Amino acid sequence: MNEQDVRDIDRSLYDFKDDESDFYRIREGLTRETVLQISEEKHDPAWMRDFRLRSLEIYEALSVPQWGPSIEGLNMENIATYVRANTDMKGSWDEVPEDIKNTFEKLGIPQAERESLAGVGAQYDSELVYHNVKDEVAAQGVVYTDMESALTGDYADMVREYFMKLVPPTDHKFAALHGAVWSGGSFVYVPKGVKVDIPLQSYFRLNAKGAGQFEHTLIIVDEGADLHFIEGCSAPKYNIANLHAGCVELYVKKNARLRYSTIENWSKNMYNLNTKRALVEENARMEWVSGSFGSHTSYLYPTTILKGDRSHCEFTGITFAGEGQNLDTGAKMIHTGKRTSSYINSKSISKSGGVSTYRSSIFIAKGATGAKSSVDCASLMLDDISRSDTIPAMDVRTNDADVGHEAKIGRISDEAIFYLMSRGISESEARAMIVSGFASPVSKELPLEYAAEMNNLIKLELENG
Amino acid sequence: MENLLEVKNLSADIEEGRILHGVSLSLRDGETHVLMGPNGAGKSTLGHVLMGNPVYHVTGGQVLFNGEDVTDYSADKRAKLGMFLSFQNPLEVPGLTLESFLRNAIREKTGQPLKIFTFKKELEAAMELLQMDESYATRDLNVGFSGGEKKKAEILQLMMLKPQLAILDETDSGLDVDAVRTVSESIRKYQQQMKGALLIITHSTRILESLHVDYTHILVRGHLVRTGDASLVEEINEHGFEKYIEEEQKQEQAAGEVR
Ligand SMILES: Nc1ncnc2c1ncn2[C@@H]1O[C@H](COP(=O)(O)OP(=O)(O)O)[C@@H](O)[C@H]1O
Ligand SMILES: [Mg+2]
Repeated sequence: MNEQDVRDIDRSLYDFKDDESDFYRIREGLTRETVLQISEEKHDPAWMRDFRLRSLEIYEALSVPQWGPSIEGLNMENIATYVRANTDMKGSWDEVPEDIKNTFEKLGIPQAERESLAGVGAQYDSELVYHNVKDEVAAQGVVYTDMESALTGDYADMVREYFMKLVPPTDHKFAALHGAVWSGGSFVYVPKGVKVDIPLQSYFRLNAKGAGQFEHTLIIVDEGADLHFIEGCSAPKYNIANLHAGCVELYVKKNARLRYSTIENWSKNMYNLNTKRALVEENARMEWVSGSFGSHTSYLYPTTILKGDRSHCEFTGITFAGEGQNLDTGAKMIHTGKRTSSYINSKSISKSGGVSTYRSSIFIAKGATGAKSSVDCASLMLDDISRSDTIPAMDVRTNDADVGHEAKIGRISDEAIFYLMSRGISESEARAMIVSGFASPVSKELPLEYAAEMNNLIKLELENG
Repeated sequence: MENLLEVKNLSADIEEGRILHGVSLSLRDGETHVLMGPNGAGKSTLGHVLMGNPVYHVTGGQVLFNGEDVTDYSADKRAKLGMFLSFQNPLEVPGLTLESFLRNAIREKTGQPLKIFTFKKELEAAMELLQMDESYATRDLNVGFSGGEKKKAEILQLMMLKPQLAILDETDSGLDVDAVRTVSESIRKYQQQMKGALLIITHSTRILESLHVDYTHILVRGHLVRTGDASLVEEINEHGFEKYIEEEQKQEQAAGEVR
C-alpha cells in the first residue's frame, strides 16, 4: 500500500480547457505599450490610465520579495496579462457562449446561483462574462456589478475614492503589477442598514495558458449593513506558469458585518500572489473564511485593520500543500482602535513533499488599548517528506494587551489510522476521515455546498496513490 | 466444533526486539476467554497483533479466524470478517463525531447503505444501556472524554458493530464501581443476546462477575504459560503471578539448555 504516493492529482473535475483560438490576447510581457493597450481595450477613464502607468513605474522600481517561497519559475516575459474571450458580459446564462457556459456549468455555478445565491459574477480569463443579481436584492439598493461598469457608472466617484487606497501599488511588487494591468472583478456596495440574507458570489476562472488573472474586488458594506460574499477560483493545468495577482479591498463601516469566504483551487502551475485587505470601523465585524488548495506557489495573507473602537475580526483558514507545492499563507491583524479583538484559527496540511508555511503577524499599535488577540494554528503532515513551518510575529506596543498564541505541528497518527481501520474502515478512508476532521473547524464555517466541495478537494488530494 | 479463533505459535516483533514468543490459543464461537498477565507481558500487543496493527511484525505463526488465515490481512479486512478490539487507550479524532464515525464504520463494514431510523434507535438504546448522555453522539470521537467515558464509547462501538469476536483490552480499568457494572451489563448483552465471543484482558474480577467464563490464559513475558478454567482467575487474584513468572523463567532456562 502506498497511499502517500501521489502521481498527478486527478483534477479532471476542474481540469478541462476551452479552445481560445478566437480570443483577444495581448502579447506576452509587460511594457508601457501593453499597459496602454489594456487601458484602451477597457476604455478606462483618464485617471485610471494614469494610475496604471504610475503603477507600472512602481512595479519596475520594486524588487521581488526575498523572504518567501521562490518565484523564479515565474517570468513576466512569458505571461499574457490580458486575455478576453469573444463575448461581452451577459445578464443571462443563455446568452453566454456555449463552451464558456459549459465551463461554469461543470463548476456548478448556475446551479448554485439558482439554489442559494443572491447574485453571481463569473469571470473568464480577464473579463466578466456573466453578472446577475436577484431583483429583491437589487431592490434593497445593493449594488453588485463588474468593476468596469462601476468605474463609469453611478458609483464612479465612490470607486475612484476607494480604489487601491487600502492596498496601494507601493505596497509590494505584485500590488503594483495589479495596479498596472488589473481587469475584471466585482464591485459591491451594501447601503446603510441593509442586510443581505443570502450570499453573493464571484467566480474566477483562468482558462488561458501562460496568462495572468488580475481581478479587482472592491466591497463597501455601509453602516449597520450585513453581507456574506463568496469567492471561488479555479484553472486547468498547463505545463507552463500562470499567474494570479488579484486584489481584494473590503471596507466594513460602523456596526456592519462582512463575511468573506474563499475557496481557491488553482492548478499546480499557478503562481498565486494575491493581496486581500479589510478596513474595519467602529463596532464592526469582519470574518474571513479561506481555503487554499492547488497552485504551485502561494503568497496569501489576508490583512485586517481594526481601526474602529471595539471592532472585531475572525480569520479561519486552511491550506493544503501537495507534491511540488509551496504554499505560504496566514493572516495579519493590525489593531489601532481601542478594545479591538482578533482571532486567527489556521490549519495547514502537507503531503508528498509539499511545503506549507503558516505566517502571521499581529500588530497592536500604541494607543490601541484593551486589545485582545488570539492565534491558534495547527499543522498536519501526512508523511515524513512533507514540511510544515510556523512563523508567527507579534508586535505589541501597549501594556494591557491580551495576546495568546498556540501552535501545534504533528504528523498524522498511524495509531489513529489503525484505530479507525479496526472498525472496518479502509486505510484511505481512515486518512480522509482524519484529515477532514482536522479541517472541520474551517468546513463548518462554509455554506453546506462549499463545505462539500472542500471535502471533495481534500479527498482528491489524498487519492491517486 | 470448529474454532472461531486459532492462534498458532504466534511470534511478533518490533524493531527493539521480540514481544510475543510463540503464542498459541484457540477459542470457539460464543466462548469467553480471559487473558491475564503482569504489566508489560504483551497482552495488549497480542490484542493488536490479532487485529492487524502494522506496528508489529509477525515473525512466525498464524492467526486463523473462522478457519481463514488472516495473518496478513489489514485491520479493516479483519473487522469486516467479524473481529473487534476495544482499545486500552482509545485514540482521539478531532472533528469526527462519534455518531458520524459509527455511521461510516457500519456502512463500510456491511457494504450496505445505512438504515438511518434503525441506526438512530439502536444507538439511543445502546447509549442508554451504557448510561451515556446522548450529547456524546455529537461530540468529537474521544476528544475530551474521561478515561471511563472512552471505555464506554468503545463498548458502544462493540454494541453497534456486533462483531463475532470482541477482544476487550482492560476495558474495566479507569472505570468507577458503577461504571463497571453498567459496562458489564452491555458486555453480558453482547455475550448472551448477540452470542458474541470474547477475549477479555483484565486485572480484576469485577467485570467478570456477571459473565460466564470458559477459559483463562496467562501470559508472562510474551509466553503463554498456562491455560485453565475460570477458577484460574480467582487463584491469580489471591496469589498473584509470582508462580507463573518463576515457571516462565524455568521454561526459558530449560529451552536455553536444550539450545
Ligand atoms: N509499539 C511499541 N513500541 C515499543 N515498545 C512496545 C510497543 N508495544 C509494546 N511494547 C513493549 O512491549 C511490551 C509489552 O507491552 P504490552 O503489550 O503493552 O503489555 P501489557 O498489555 O501486557 O501490559 C512492553 O515492554 C512494551 O513497552
Ligand atoms: Mg496492556
